[in-house]
Amino acid sequence: MDKILEVKDLHVDFDTYNGTVHAIRGVSFHLNAGETLAIVGESGSGKSITVRSILQLLASNATISKGEILYHGDDLLQKSEKEMNNIRGNKISMIFQDPMTSLDPTMTIGKQVAEPLLIHNNVSKKDAMKRAEEVLRLVGIPNPAARMKDYPHQFSGGQRQRIVIAIAIVDYPEILIADEPTTALDVTVQAEIIDLLRELQQKIGTAIIFITHDLGVVAGIADRVAVMYAGRFVEYGSVEDIFYNPQHPYTWGLLDSMPTLDTNEDARLNSIPGTPPNLLDPPKGDAFAPRNAYAMQIDEEQQPPFFKVSKNHFAATWLLHPDAPKVTPPAAILNRFKKFEQLGGNAK
Amino acid sequence: MTKYILKRILYLFLTLFIIASLTFFLMKMLPGTPFSNQNRMSADQLKIVKAQYGLDQSVGVQYVRYMVGLLHGNLGTSFQFNNEPVTALIGQRLAPSMQIGAQAMIVGTVFGILLGAVAAIRKNTWVDTLATFISILGLSIPSFVLAVLLQFYLAYKWKIYPVALWDNFQSSILPTLALSALPLGTVARFMRTEMVDVMSSDYIELAKSKGNSSWRVVAKHALRNSLIPVVTIIGPMAVSVMTGSMVVENIFSIPGIGEQFVKSITTNDYPTIMGLTIFYSFLLIIVYLIVDILYGLIDPRIRLGNGGKE
Ligand SMILES: Nc1ncnc2c1ncn2[C@@H]1O[C@H](COP(=O)(O)OP(=O)(O)OP(=O)(O)O)[C@@H](O)[C@H]1O
Ligand SMILES: [Mg+2]
Repeated sequence: MDKILEVKDLHVDFDTYNGTVHAIRGVSFHLNAGETLAIVGESGSGKSITVRSILQLLASNATISKGEILYHGDDLLQKSEKEMNNIRGNKISMIFQDPMTSLDPTMTIGKQVAEPLLIHNNVSKKDAMKRAEEVLRLVGIPNPAARMKDYPHQFSGGQRQRIVIAIAIVDYPEILIADEPTTALDVTVQAEIIDLLRELQQKIGTAIIFITHDLGVVAGIADRVAVMYAGRFVEYGSVEDIFYNPQHPYTWGLLDSMPTLDTNEDARLNSIPGTPPNLLDPPKGDAFAPRNAYAMQIDEEQQPPFFKVSKNHFAATWLLHPDAPKVTPPAAILNRFKKFEQLGGNAK
Repeated sequence: MTKYILKRILYLFLTLFIIASLTFFLMKMLPGTPFSNQNRMSADQLKIVKAQYGLDQSVGVQYVRYMVGLLHGNLGTSFQFNNEPVTALIGQRLAPSMQIGAQAMIVGTVFGILLGAVAAIRKNTWVDTLATFISILGLSIPSFVLAVLLQFYLAYKWKIYPVALWDNFQSSILPTLALSALPLGTVARFMRTEMVDVMSSDYIELAKSKGNSSWRVVAKHALRNSLIPVVTIIGPMAVSVMTGSMVVENIFSIPGIGEQFVKSITTNDYPTIMGLTIFYSFLLIIVYLIVDILYGLIDPRIRLGNGGKE
C-alpha cells in the first residue's frame, strides 16, 4: 500500500503562563492512500493538536519541538509558509468540529466553496462558481444553484457541515482531516454526515484522518484506529484489532464506556475513573498508570515501548512484555476476545 | 427594505417634533431675554421690539406659530445677526462645518480602522503597544486642547499652516486633525478588540486551512466581520465630532455652524439656538439612519426583507 503521510516522533509544546505544556510527546503514525485512520481518545489527549500540526495550524504559543511530518517523503515542517499554503485546502484539507461557527457569516456560501479553487487553480471566477455548485450538489445541498448566494445563517447545522465538507473536498484533496465533524450535530444528522464522508471517499478516493472521542462512530468509517492518551498513541491497529482484540488497559476502559448493540439498553456504562495527568509535568513512566487497575511497578518508572501484537497491531503496555504476569481483562473485553476468535483471529 | 426606510423616516419626523417641542419649552423656561442686557431701551421700545418678534403673545400661540413655521421649513428669524432668517444663517455656515466634520469622520474612521487592524494582527508586539498608545492619546486629549497645540506648533511656530483662516483646503487641515483624534482613538480601540476576537474564530481557522495567505485572510474574511460592530459607534462618534466642532471652529475662526451656535448662546439668540438644536438633531437622526442601512449592507444576518431565518 502507498504511504502518503508519515508522522515521526512528533513533539508539540505550548508556552503558557504556568510553564511549558508538553501536549504531544512523541507521536508516530502513517496514512495510506485512500484509507481512513481514526484517532480516538478522551478530551485533551492531543488529537486536534496532532492533526493541526500536519497543516501547521497551531496557536501562536505552540512549537513543534521535534519530529518529522513526511508528505510523499517531503518534510512539511521544513516548508515555508507559502509552500504550506499551496498544500492547505489543495492537497490536504480540514473539516472542523462546529459547523455553526466554521463558516464566514458575511460571505455567500458559493464564494466560500469556490475560494480554494481560486487560490490554488488558475480558473476563472465563473468556472470556480460552476464547480462550487456541482460540489454543493454532490454533498447533498438541495437546489444548489438557487442557494449559492445565500449566507450561512440561512442553513441548518447539518447543511452547514455539508457546506464545510464541500469546501474541504472542492479541490479533490489527497488527505481529508476531519476533526470531530459530527460531535456538534444530533444523532440522526451524525449518521448522515458519516455516510456522506464514506460516499465521497469512494467517489474521489481521498484518505481520511477521522478524529473522535466516540468509539461508536469509528466502526462505521475507519479502516484503522489509533488510541491516544496524554499526548501519545497507546495502541493502534485495524478496526477489528482494536474492537475485538484490544491490549492496552486504556483501550479496555474506552471500550467499556462505549454503548454497543450488544450491551443491553440499561447496562450501566463504566467511564474510566480518575483524570488525565498534568502535561506541564508529564509522568516519567506510563501516563495511564495512576488510573490503571492493572498497573505494575515498572509502569511508574519507565514508559512502555510498543509491543507487536500482530502484523499491523501494536500496543504500548508493559502487560505485553514476555515477563509480565498474565492478567484477566474485564469480562466485557473477554467477550470481545471470543468474538475475535469467531471472526477467525487469534486472541491472546 | 423600502418599507423599513419609510418607517424610519416617519420616526424621524416624530422625533424631530418631540425635540422641537422640548427645545421650545426649555427656551421659554430660561430666565432673561435677548434684550435683557440692553438697559438703554425704554419700556416702550422694548414693547415694540417684543411685538415685532411675536413675544407679546401667549406661550401657546408662540408654540403653535413656531411649529407651523417649522412645518414650512421656517426656523424663525434671528434676534441678532441682522435679523436674518435662521435657515439662511445655517445655510451660509453649513459648508465649512460639513467639510471639516466629514473630513474628520473619514480621517478618524479610516485611520482608526487601519490602526486597530494592524494592532490586532501584530497583537502583543511593539506595534500593538504603539497603536494602543496612539489611540489612548486620541481618546484622552480633548479636541480643543489638541486644536490649541496644533495651532501653536504647526501654525504659529513652524508656520506650516495658517493660524486661523478659512479659504482653501490647507486651512481645513488643522481643524480636521484636531477633530479626528477622538474618532480615530475610539475606532482603533474598538477595531482592535473586535479583530482580535474575529482572528481567533473558527471561520478564520477554516479560511487559513483553505490555503489563504495571511493578508488574504485579513482582507477577505477578518476585516468585514470586524467592521460590523465598528459601524455601530459611528453614530455616537458623529455626536462627539459635532460638539467638538463648536469649540474647534471658534479656535480657528471658521465661519461654521458650531461657531454660530456659540455666538448665539452668548447673545441669548433664542430662535437661532432652537433652530440649530433642531438642525443638529436632524443631522444626528440622519447619521443613525445611514448607520442602520450600512449595518444591514455589511451584515447579511440582519439584512431586511431578505427572507433571512434569524
Ligand atoms: N493554546 C494552547 N495553550 C496551551 N495548551 C494547549 C493549547 N491548545 C491545546 N493545549 C493543550 O494540549 C492538549 C491537547 O489538546 P487537544 O485540543 O489536541 O485535545 P483533543 O484531544 O483534541 O481534545 P477534544 O476531544 O476536547 O477536542 C490539552 O491538554 C490542552 O490543554
Ligand atoms: Mg479536539
